[in-house]
Amino acid sequence: MALSVGCTARPGKSRANRTGAWRVFKPVFRHNKCTKCGICSLVCPEGCIIEQEDEFMIPDYDYCKGCGLCAEECPAEDIEMVKEEK
Amino acid sequence: MMHFVEGSIAVAQAVRMCRPDVVSAYPITPQTHIVEALAEMVAECKLDAEYITVESEFSALSACLGAVAAGSRAYSATTSQGLFLMFEVCFNLAGMRLPMVMTVANRAVSAPISIWNDQQDSISLRDSGWLQFYAEDNQEAADLHYIAYKVAEDHKVLLPAMVCFDGFILTHTYEPVDMPTQEEVDAYLPRFVPLAKLDANDPISFGMLATPDYYMEFRYANDQAMHQSKEKIREAGKEFGAKFGRDYSAFVEGYRLEDAETALVALGSLCGTAKEAIDEMRAAGKKVGLLKIRVYRPFPVEELAAALKGAKRVAVLDKNISLGSKGAVALEVKDALYGSGIPVHDYIVGLGGRDIRKRDIARIVELAEKGEGDLFYGLRQEVM
Repeated sequence: MALSVGCTARPGKSRANRTGAWRVFKPVFRHNKCTKCGICSLVCPEGCIIEQEDEFMIPDYDYCKGCGLCAEECPAEDIEMVKEEK
Repeated sequence: MMHFVEGSIAVAQAVRMCRPDVVSAYPITPQTHIVEALAEMVAECKLDAEYITVESEFSALSACLGAVAAGSRAYSATTSQGLFLMFEVCFNLAGMRLPMVMTVANRAVSAPISIWNDQQDSISLRDSGWLQFYAEDNQEAADLHYIAYKVAEDHKVLLPAMVCFDGFILTHTYEPVDMPTQEEVDAYLPRFVPLAKLDANDPISFGMLATPDYYMEFRYANDQAMHQSKEKIREAGKEFGAKFGRDYSAFVEGYRLEDAETALVALGSLCGTAKEAIDEMRAAGKKVGLLKIRVYRPFPVEELAAALKGAKRVAVLDKNISLGSKGAVALEVKDALYGSGIPVHDYIVGLGGRDIRKRDIARIVELAEKGEGDLFYGLRQEVM
């Protein structure tokens, strides 16, 4: 995103901005032991874990803040938090 | 046309001719006469502006911030404690890239309380992202307002500007001031065209959150704007010279500096006294000159270094003190002359209204010749 003079913003910027830049750890969905229960999607505070056509869940890294709730709550322990270097 | 007026009135008249849409200020000595005069002009329909009365300087500058964001030309004036109450808003105006002009009637800061002049107040705002101009006399103080608006509102700049002139020494002093006509000012200073503005039908927010991924780039852009303003100051100062006969394109101005062995450096009304003292010293065969800094932000590093390159020594007269360090101006003069081998001596003078007389300037030159500097000049040992 290019800088705006005076850091101005039009409405709807929270959708346009890729706020996932805050993240330190990123959840990696292994999809090995996943039972497609959807708990990860329910507990995600950002609502950015989305069910795919094959019913597997994947996070939208543009908005994921790396809070780790999905990994903590996953009954199958199939989500790993990995340190992200920028 | 030449008018014999008080400095504050000269400034108020200049501001009137800049046609601000919004004036918001809180009265504080020695700025009071400026805002009293503007309030009267609005009441008498001589100035078509909203005069917003407020309960503090924080609100005064906040009202101006909102006004500029809405696309208006705004003006305020303050000093000392009032300026410090505006501290947060000052940084916000600069960061939101909202141009306005504010007069600072330079005054010492509390505690102890003092209503008299030094430059600690505006110098303390040097890092706020405002352009800073310092006037030597009331003609310059009035003229700098037209230039300040023109530069600040340029889309390559978009930064607020302070015009600083010494409290009482200039604000309350009557001098002849050449005032242009409204038509002449209109031809020089066009209406403000905002780059972005608040509009209920097309909403926008200013100064939004910047995460660590973006914040540094915004600060860099702010700094770049400050550097880019140099070209605009030169242009606006030159155009002013062509139209009104007083050229303000230079950031620093030398006085009998060509063959000077000791070069004094000063800001504001002190320069007038220094020039008189220099004439006397020159008559006695001493090679002394002055470099007056008119534009302190952006700091004219190259211009200053070029102007002082022939000096054997430099004596900076600082009407401020960065406690625990040195005078703020001296630190930057040292930076500009780094590597030149020219010694820079710092003299803290005139704090809280202490007079600086011609003989004080002569004494400081003697101290500089002996290599004695980095001191508070003229302390009264008997009370310490």
